[in-house]
Amino acid sequence: MTPQPQSPPAKITRLQGRAIPLVGNDIDTDRIIPARFLKCVTFDGLGDHVFADDRAQLNGNHAFDQPQYQGATVLLVNRNFGCGSSREHAPQAIARWGIQAIIGESFAEIFFGNCLAMGIPCLLADSATVTALQAQVKADPTATVTVDVANRQVTCGDFSASLILADGPQQMLTQGTWDACGQLVAQADAIAATAERLPYVAWAAA
Amino acid sequence: MSQGTLFDKVWNLHTVGILPSGQTQLFIGLHLIHEVTSPQAFAMLRERGLAVMYPQRTVATVDHIVPTENQARPFADRLAEEMIQNLEQNCADNNIRFYNIGSGSQGIVHVIAPEQGLTQPGMTIACGDSHTSTHGAFGAISFGIGTSQVRDVLASQTLALGKLKVRRVEVNGQLKPGVYAKDVVLHLIRKLGVKGGVGYAYEYAGSTFEAMSMEARMTVCNMAIEGGARCGYVNPDQVTFDYLQGRDFAPKGDDWAKAVDWWTSLASDADATYDDVVTFDAAEIEPTVTWGITPDQGIGVSEAVPTAETFAEADRPLIEEAYAYMDLAPGTAIKGTPVDVCFIGSCTNGRLSDLQEAAKVAQGRQVANGIKAFVVPGSERVKQQAEAEGLDKIFTAAGFEWREAGCSMCLAMNPDKLQGRQISASSSNRNFKGRQGSASGRTLLMSPAMVAAAAIAGQVTDVRDLL
Repeated sequence: MTPQPQSPPAKITRLQGRAIPLVGNDIDTDRIIPARFLKCVTFDGLGDHVFADDRAQLNGNHAFDQPQYQGATVLLVNRNFGCGSSREHAPQAIARWGIQAIIGESFAEIFFGNCLAMGIPCLLADSATVTALQAQVKADPTATVTVDVANRQVTCGDFSASLILADGPQQMLTQGTWDACGQLVAQADAIAATAERLPYVAWAAA
Repeated sequence: MSQGTLFDKVWNLHTVGILPSGQTQLFIGLHLIHEVTSPQAFAMLRERGLAVMYPQRTVATVDHIVPTENQARPFADRLAEEMIQNLEQNCADNNIRFYNIGSGSQGIVHVIAPEQGLTQPGMTIACGDSHTSTHGAFGAISFGIGTSQVRDVLASQTLALGKLKVRRVEVNGQLKPGVYAKDVVLHLIRKLGVKGGVGYAYEYAGSTFEAMSMEARMTVCNMAIEGGARCGYVNPDQVTFDYLQGRDFAPKGDDWAKAVDWWTSLASDADATYDDVVTFDAAEIEPTVTWGITPDQGIGVSEAVPTAETFAEADRPLIEEAYAYMDLAPGTAIKGTPVDVCFIGSCTNGRLSDLQEAAKVAQGRQVANGIKAFVVPGSERVKQQAEAEGLDKIFTAAGFEWREAGCSMCLAMNPDKLQGRQISASSSNRNFKGRQGSASGRTLLMSPAMVAAAAIAGQVTDVRDLL
């Protein structure tokens, strides 16, 4: 097979839009997308089912159903968001609903990595910053939130605070290398050299 | 920064290079795939015209959607059938070894790779499943990934990653009778929290882990992720080597001695430095049961559901949510909580020793009236071994159903689901809201022996009273 020309991934330096607050700690990926929606061979249509069970139970009062937050692109979450299952269906569902960036007190490791590989920045803020942003957006859902990935800064009206994002992921986003596939494949020779110095590669002769 | 740990050594050996972003390009020695998280990855490869770079380093099986009763093809569930066909096609098209139903070697991906000797010390192992941490029991660096990363591994056998910190989680002393690996890990998660491990690999060390069998170590490492640690491991030792010797994919002939030398050299140095060290006493650990909706909401079986005041202010909304969802009032003893369904199985506790321990409790007793109790072996091999020992007879005589291998009610992607507000005693790994197939279903996590005891008593009970 010959590799198809791919348009390079976008450089993600700054995102701007309305925000949606989702209050709560330890929101796991089973809640983001229940397992029954994983019975699929594409990610199409997952956006309709994001938080399906939580939304059904709240009967229209879940943030993702409330009219004031429709069209929001920045998700504001609390502690350990996206814990549990590694299912990329979770960030895919969130992204397909319309979210382009997430600010939270902390993220589960695998969820963070999945978002990065999809070009969705997950930035950390201290608890006071997240709480203030969530309150501000609740008070004025039309407010524009600016997520400056390059400078690790969030702004909403007069409110401004610094965000945390490790250098590696920040570089991948701002340089447009968050889809690392092409870059990884290009190192075929170095990969072969690494495989060669690993003794077990030769043992696996079964 | 950690230095001289197994994690550091294995990470360095597998480093292909440093990417312009500063991330490490890490070689993946063993890639495991299954039907749920791989179809989209293969589709992405096709879109890009990319081939699988090292097809011999990927192994596939089908586990999540597998029915545990009627496995006749086509599956009654059209979507499940579509998923297995997709995997069959992708493996055939790309020359990937696939253990299908009926092969004699199918099963939960984290059960079959160790039992065949595919999982070995010093490897890096990735799989589109968070419980990939299981394989760390062998002294491998193993972790769950998402589908875009499955694509990257298929295309390049590598991943772009940042290095984790290393926390040594030391437990010393002898476990009391009736206390199992599951209780140890539930206790650790309770003490360190569900996010305590974020950013860390956990090195499980100390005499308690050294005394454990490989299957017990797998139970502990399996649930590292429930404590937030993407990766958990135990340094390889004689127990590891004895388990591996003679297995299908274990090194053979002259390679065996070389392998043991190499594996031994990878164990953390005596003077290794860690980013953090925590220590626990095995004697403090009781049979442990979760009462809430996160795996750290656990208590000893003789304790009561904790009151909100015992938690930090910031944690209380979640605690209140747990009381309401579980319909358990603070101060209520967990012992005596009635259950509806008892599930023994999963990648946490679906191995032969788990079934043996549960069978000891079930032997000569009867499942209480009105309780649905079932046993799902972790693999076709586990099922076959258990039947050779007559465990199936013990379970069925006691009123348990004996099923085919698969993930089953751990996440209920197959027909095994809780109904309505049913409450389960489960040997699985997650008590999240809705996890076991009903949006209002409730889960109490515990050891397989404790699940068997709950099935007999019809309520949460202390397995030590039945031993």
